[in-house]
Formats: sequence, structure tokens, C-alpha cells
Amino acid sequence: MANTNIHITTTINGQPYEFLAPSYMSLLDALREIVGLTGTKEGCLDGNCGACTVNVDGRIVDSCLVLAAEIDGCEVETVEGMASSEGLHPLQKAFLEEAALQCGICTPGFLVAAKGLLDNEPNPSEHRIRHWLAGNLCRCTGYDKIVKAVQKVSSEG
Amino acid sequence: MHPFNYVAPVTVKEAIDILEKHGDRARPLAGGTDLLVQARGNKWDLDAVVDVKKIPEAMQLDVSNNGLTIGAGVPCYQIYDHEKIKSDYPGIVDGAFIIGGIQIQSRAAIGGNLCNAAPSGDAICPLIVYDATANIAGPSGNRDVSVEDFCVGPGKTVLKNGELLVSISVPKPPSGFGAAYERFIPRNEMDIAVAAVAVSVTLDNSGTNFESVRIALASVGPTPIFATKASNSLKGKSINESSISEAAAIAKDESSPISDMRGTIEHRKQLIEVITKRMLNEAVKRARG
Repeated sequence: MANTNIHITTTINGQPYEFLAPSYMSLLDALREIVGLTGTKEGCLDGNCGACTVNVDGRIVDSCLVLAAEIDGCEVETVEGMASSEGLHPLQKAFLEEAALQCGICTPGFLVAAKGLLDNEPNPSEHRIRHWLAGNLCRCTGYDKIVKAVQKVSSEG
Repeated sequence: MHPFNYVAPVTVKEAIDILEKHGDRARPLAGGTDLLVQARGNKWDLDAVVDVKKIPEAMQLDVSNNGLTIGAGVPCYQIYDHEKIKSDYPGIVDGAFIIGGIQIQSRAAIGGNLCNAAPSGDAICPLIVYDATANIAGPSGNRDVSVEDFCVGPGKTVLKNGELLVSISVPKPPSGFGAAYERFIPRNEMDIAVAAVAVSVTLDNSGTNFESVRIALASVGPTPIFATKASNSLKGKSINESSISEAAAIAKDESSPISDMRGTIEHRKQLIEVITKRMLNEAVKRARG
């Protein structure tokens, strides 16, 4: 059986998309190379670092470990969907204000993951935030500033 | 990575036909959190991955008076978010809650963890102590295999060419039942067990004696181990420090770990003894409510 292109119909950040992707292509590669949304980053490619975190049907996932073919009919949210015409998402603002990033490669993953938490649990404990973000690695900040930024938004909520 | 085709059958029959046709050049895809990493690492040269998530039987999650049925493709978060499973099957939740991080738990399936057959698979020992059964469909019909017999080596299972794990059946625990699972890792999250133990106990009506016990050990052998001698040693015994310590020492003897990057033989054996004691006490606590 030769590999084929798969026809995918999906919603990304509220917009309908239709495209062809190779049957073995990851969601991460499809987002970056076919759809042209390069905010989602490639890190470890094996589910340890969370840099490629996106939201699929309300659940955060590592997009390197999902095939593009699997998201046919699903709703996908990426970091590009967080800011609105009114400005940055509160989490994005808080990350800037709390200096919760340095090199920035992990930041889109942390933002999408943190949003996935606060969308369902507006006031998580510090322990809950740290547990939720355990699947996202950052080699710059030491995590405290990231946790503080998420706490800032949750306490405002 | 060898380019593979993606197929998403909607019936068990269709899935079996594809798996049979391709033999070892096809693998079922549940969450993909192991399979896609292994395909990239060239563990498999695949012509096809067979997504099971559109097959209703593989996605069922049902709690009834007969017990719990977990479709092979049901992801971890659905297990630990389920109120009835949390209250009635806490030992299964213990495992589902610590497989990877939240992103992994959104996809990774209990059935996938079983089929991946890692000695450290956090879902497997809890299933063993709950006396769970793997429901397998294949070209020559259906068969059931006890979870304790399902893994036959690191990454190896009893599944034959064309066979598919469809679901896992967990019998309803009797009264006086309690179970728990814990692993040792040097980090707080996101790690692979250095050693881990699952225990289930059924207490007699007085609540002071063990009626039956099941103990399973992870990361200390080529497969998850059902520690039958340690389990049987507690049958009919009264619940006290000496009976528990004795069983933990037997469990230690039943483990056969290797030394590797995660721990030495001595460390792992010591961990088995400590965690077995701890889980026996925890399972008794849960059994007594």
C-alpha cells in the first residue's frame, strides 16, 4: 500500500481549512508547512517537551504525536488564535509583564497549555498549575516566572 | 521514518482484515504517543497504521453492575475524569493519572499502554491486580486473555498476526476490596518508573483478615510481573505488620530487575519491598473506606 495524501477538513482558530497532507505527516508539520502557522514550535519530537502543544477539541495535545490525518473534523487551536483584534490574550500579557520567557521557543506551548487549564479551571492552585504544566519544558526561566504569570491571570479571573 | 498509509476503519472486522494483510508492517494506532515515536525511531517499518478511534467497541467506556469495560483506544484522561471510575476503581485511576503529562494523557490509551508492553507500563499492573481481561479479536475469532498473561517480553504481547486488542474488561470489585498503585521516580512528574507496585486486597467481613490479595510489580523484569507467591502468602492471614512485611520480602524475591540508567538491581529490589508494604497498607485503607 503506497502512502497517499489525506484530505483533511478542519477548523483552526475558528477558521475553516481544507488541505491535503501526506498520510504520515504530523499535525505539527501540517500546521507549519501546509497551513503556514509557524507559531507552534518543534522541540523534542517525542512528547517530552510540550513546545508543540496545541488544543484539539478542547484538550491540549503534543502536535508532534498526532497525525494530521487524525484531526479531520476536529477543532484545532494554536497560539495564533490567542490574541484578538482587541490585543493580546491576558496570558500573553502576563507572560510579558512577568518576564515569563527568555529565548521564547517554549512559550507558544506554555501559552496554549496554560489556556487549556484556565479555560476549564479559572482558579487553579499553584500545585495544580505546576502539575498541569509538567509536560512543558523550559530551559531559561526556571518555571517560577511562568507559574506566576499564570497565577496572575487566574487571580484576575 | 518509513512513509506509512493511514487507515481509520469503523469496524473491528475491517481493522483485522487490514492488520492481517500487512502482518508486521502494520500497527494499530490508539493515542500514538508511543507508536509515532517508535515509527520515527525506526523501531517499525510500517506500511500502514490502523487508527482504532473510529471503531465504537474500541472507544467504549462503560461502568455497569458487571464491571468496567475500557475500549482499547480510550485515553487516560477519560478514565480519571470519570466520577464512577474514580470512586469504584481508584487503583486504575492511580495508573492513568501518572502516564506522561496532560498532553500525553489527552491521547495515550490504557489499551495502548498494555499493547506497548513496556515492563514499566503504568496502566498494566493496576489492571493485573483488578484481575482484568484483554478482549482480543482476530481472523480466527475472538479470545480473552488475562492481562497478567498478555505481555510476554519487553514490547512483546500474545497478539498474533491480524489480532487486535478491542477492549479490556475489569470485573466489579467485591465488597471489602481496595487497590492502589504507586511508582518510584526521581522527578515529580513525567518519568518512567524505576520500580512500581500495584496491590489489591479483599478483606473478610471482619475487616481484620486478608481474604485474597493480588500484587503486581513494574520495571523489575522483562514484563510487568504478577507476584503470585507474595500474593498467596497473605491469603487468610490477619492484617498486621509482620504479615505485610513478610509478603513484601517475598515480592522482593519475585522481582528480577536489571541495572540500567534508571536504577541498579539492589535499588530496585529495595524499592519493591518498600512500595509493596506501602501499597498493601494503602489498599487496606481503601478497602476499609
